[in-house]
Amino acid sequence: MAVTWLFVGLFFAMMGYTCHYAVTHRQTLMNNSYNTRQEILVAQNSRGTIYAAGGQILAETKTDESGKETRSYPYANMFSHAVGYASNGRYGIEALANYYLINSNTKLSDKVANDVAGEKYPGDSVITTLDVDLQKIAYDSLGMYSGAVIVTEPSTGRILAMVSKPDFDPNEIDAVWDDLIKDKESSVLLNRTTQGLYPPGSTFKIVTALEYIRENPDSYSQFSFQCNGHFSHGEERINCYHGTSHGGENFTKAFAKSCNSAFASIGLALDRKKFGKTLDELLFNQELKVDFAYNQSKLVMNEDVEDADVMQAAIGQGATQITPLELNMITAAIANDGVLMKPYLIDRVETKDRTVVKQFSPDTYKRLMSEEEAQIMTGLMEEVVKSGTGTKLSGLSYTAAGKTGSAEYNKVKSDSHAWFTGFAPVEDPQVCVTIIIEGAGSGGDYAVPITKRILDACFEQ
Amino acid sequence: MELYITELSKYFITLFIACYTLECFLVFRFQDEERRKGGYIRQNIWMFLVHFSCFLVICFETGQIEYLLFYVLQQILLFSTIMLFRMIYQKGNLLIVNNMCMLLSIGFVILTRLSYERAIKQFFIVTASIIIGMAIPFFIRNLKFLKSLTWVYAGVGIAALGVVLILGTVTYGSKISYSVAGVTFQPSEFVKILFVFFVASAFSETWDFLRVAVTAVLAGAHVLILVASKDLGSALIFFVVYVFMVFIATGRWIYLFLGVAGGSAAAVVAYRLFSHVQVRVQAWKDPFSCIDDAGFQITQSLFGISSGGWFGLGLFQGNPTSIPLVEADFVFSAVAEELGILFSMCMILICISSFIMCMNIALKLQDRFYRLIAFGLGVTYIFQVFLTVGGGTKFIPMTGVTLPFISYGGSSVLTTLIMFFIVEGLYIIRRDEGDKRARNRNQKRKRRREQRAGERPPRDREDEEEA
Repeated sequence: MAVTWLFVGLFFAMMGYTCHYAVTHRQTLMNNSYNTRQEILVAQNSRGTIYAAGGQILAETKTDESGKETRSYPYANMFSHAVGYASNGRYGIEALANYYLINSNTKLSDKVANDVAGEKYPGDSVITTLDVDLQKIAYDSLGMYSGAVIVTEPSTGRILAMVSKPDFDPNEIDAVWDDLIKDKESSVLLNRTTQGLYPPGSTFKIVTALEYIRENPDSYSQFSFQCNGHFSHGEERINCYHGTSHGGENFTKAFAKSCNSAFASIGLALDRKKFGKTLDELLFNQELKVDFAYNQSKLVMNEDVEDADVMQAAIGQGATQITPLELNMITAAIANDGVLMKPYLIDRVETKDRTVVKQFSPDTYKRLMSEEEAQIMTGLMEEVVKSGTGTKLSGLSYTAAGKTGSAEYNKVKSDSHAWFTGFAPVEDPQVCVTIIIEGAGSGGDYAVPITKRILDACFEQ
Repeated sequence: MELYITELSKYFITLFIACYTLECFLVFRFQDEERRKGGYIRQNIWMFLVHFSCFLVICFETGQIEYLLFYVLQQILLFSTIMLFRMIYQKGNLLIVNNMCMLLSIGFVILTRLSYERAIKQFFIVTASIIIGMAIPFFIRNLKFLKSLTWVYAGVGIAALGVVLILGTVTYGSKISYSVAGVTFQPSEFVKILFVFFVASAFSETWDFLRVAVTAVLAGAHVLILVASKDLGSALIFFVVYVFMVFIATGRWIYLFLGVAGGSAAAVVAYRLFSHVQVRVQAWKDPFSCIDDAGFQITQSLFGISSGGWFGLGLFQGNPTSIPLVEADFVFSAVAEELGILFSMCMILICISSFIMCMNIALKLQDRFYRLIAFGLGVTYIFQVFLTVGGGTKFIPMTGVTLPFISYGGSSVLTTLIMFFIVEGLYIIRRDEGDKRARNRNQKRKRRREQRAGERPPRDREDEEEA
């Protein structure tokens, strides 16, 4: 009898395992390029439509009289990276939502009607979180520059706009594919918002400041520093932007004026082990729980890091690499009382006749900092707009908070990427904007005005 | 219209097989085969409905009427098997026969879908095998000398496996078959039965340490020849069956423990020594890392199983032929893909119910030889099911054995049919034993009553002992 039960038990374990595996892995397995069952679905269903949050069509499949299908992208270059393309290996939402787009949950009676008419079944539609108006302003504002804009809703994690330049026209993807692949220099196909790795420049002072507050919760407000335009320690010399002397500063002013000298000295005072732990908590050097393609932001910090490298790291230069997505996530957490919501692009899946197949709801990613820390950081970032490097956002009908950055990427010349990351309104943050403009100059001069245009569109009537 | 039939039939087919499966376990409520009769009849109805609906879908999907003819032939075969068996062996066990026919019909359905040509070939093999098999319970019941052929079984078995090793043809890296006059045999299948007979007869009289040692050497010879032929799945089956049979024959846990320990050690050694073992373990641990070569088969199998969902894609709606060797080693994945996970789970449960019935028979048999055979055949069967289903679902590393009754393969289906008919023979022997005891008891009672000169007429209590 023992043997009978042994085998029966073994079989139940196996059956449970099989059911569980098959059901939980269905989507990933279906998206695997080795799975030929995709072709069955593709032959059976026409690819579903991708909509913006406002109902505008971002991608649809058109069938001509001969039955030939073409994928059409009405907004052409504007959503190139966010929506992506459905041929040549798939990218963007076309890749992310492929499983839904190639399946059809249309009513059986409609399928029968399709059969009679000799048509394919309509694939399910995907309704994204993207906002066409915001995307257009962000896209137009970047102009000829290379760079990236990502706009999210801090309380939910919805991605409202995602622009990356240089871009391409997904309608022409098959024709230009070979050229795009050959062109290694401009990396057109890279979605800079999630995959572009940049030196964070002064925007990283958000992280340095947070770590300083954590280590000195009672005394950080007593911080004072006399800036004469540069700071030296050993061989290493850190200059303030354009060599400006900021004079006597407290902590808030050093942050608002983005004083490199003060932050280099703060960096030296930090506990490098604790700093490394904070970086991990802020999702550096690790895989992200997001559904789309991204690169990991990198900065290693521990006791073995040299003084000179810590000084550089504290002001966002040196080896540090960050994606606009990562910076946006940290900013959004500050705006949302310290809690990061998981960024997402797909709101729901519907059949062609608008029956909801699957609804995605906001999901907490994790708490990045305490509520108190988030409040202190908000205060610092508000001062940047009121009296610091981001004053172009002050005196408006809404309030904003943020941090500029001018990240030097060329050791020889003083070229810099213009950064801004921030949110508005301060009292009840509704949008979180992160912008990088490659090689434009200072963040205050180039990135802040674009932010203003986006925020104006949101809050100015 | 066609779409309604294919879509709705998925749910009906699942419902029918679920009802059949339920009856498989409900019959265990009764000890008495007479009282199970209603359940068996209902099973036949569900079986017919599953088989019929599947072929209805096949005809609609392909639009070919010849499938209907093929279906009618199958129906005649299965119906006459059940009827003939009932007539010839009135003491037979109908659950075993029903399950056999149910599984065979699933096999016909899925093989017809995968390869019509092979399905037809399989049909003729099954027909011939059933004709042979029908006589087996009679021989098992009457040939008393089977018990004394101990060393003959071992000798023939080792010789047959040895011949394959030396002369056999290589298929997929393993030497497992050889051809005589155009017919390809896979002797390891038949030797399984001989092996069970060998171990059972060796332990039928004595089960001391010396016996264990001698049989271990001969069992080891079987296993080593199979390992040398690179037929790891069969080697594993022989090994496991031997260990469990020794455990049951001696009743000592130490042998089971030693067997498991020795088996694990052997597995580690095999992993170290043979690259083809390493490849398979790698393909099991992370098939997606080697999806181009070693992991291809298992990943294709997983794609198939997961794409079907609970109710399957429907016959001819999936792409099971993308799985290499799908009609032999990976037929389970094809069933899961097109007929659904629920259907395939029911199929496993039917196998389990056959196994439980077999173990029940073993438990109640008085004669050690027959008891060990029933036990050994049960373990052989269920362990093979475990290996093939587990291998295809990434539960355990892939070993490349067939799913009994469902997979394409003449040797496999003939062997399993013989095994099931032997079990029928054993069941009849058990009922004979029961009858004999009841008769003895009745005679004693009668004598006692005569002595006491009782008034009541003697009642026939023969059914009392029935199972």
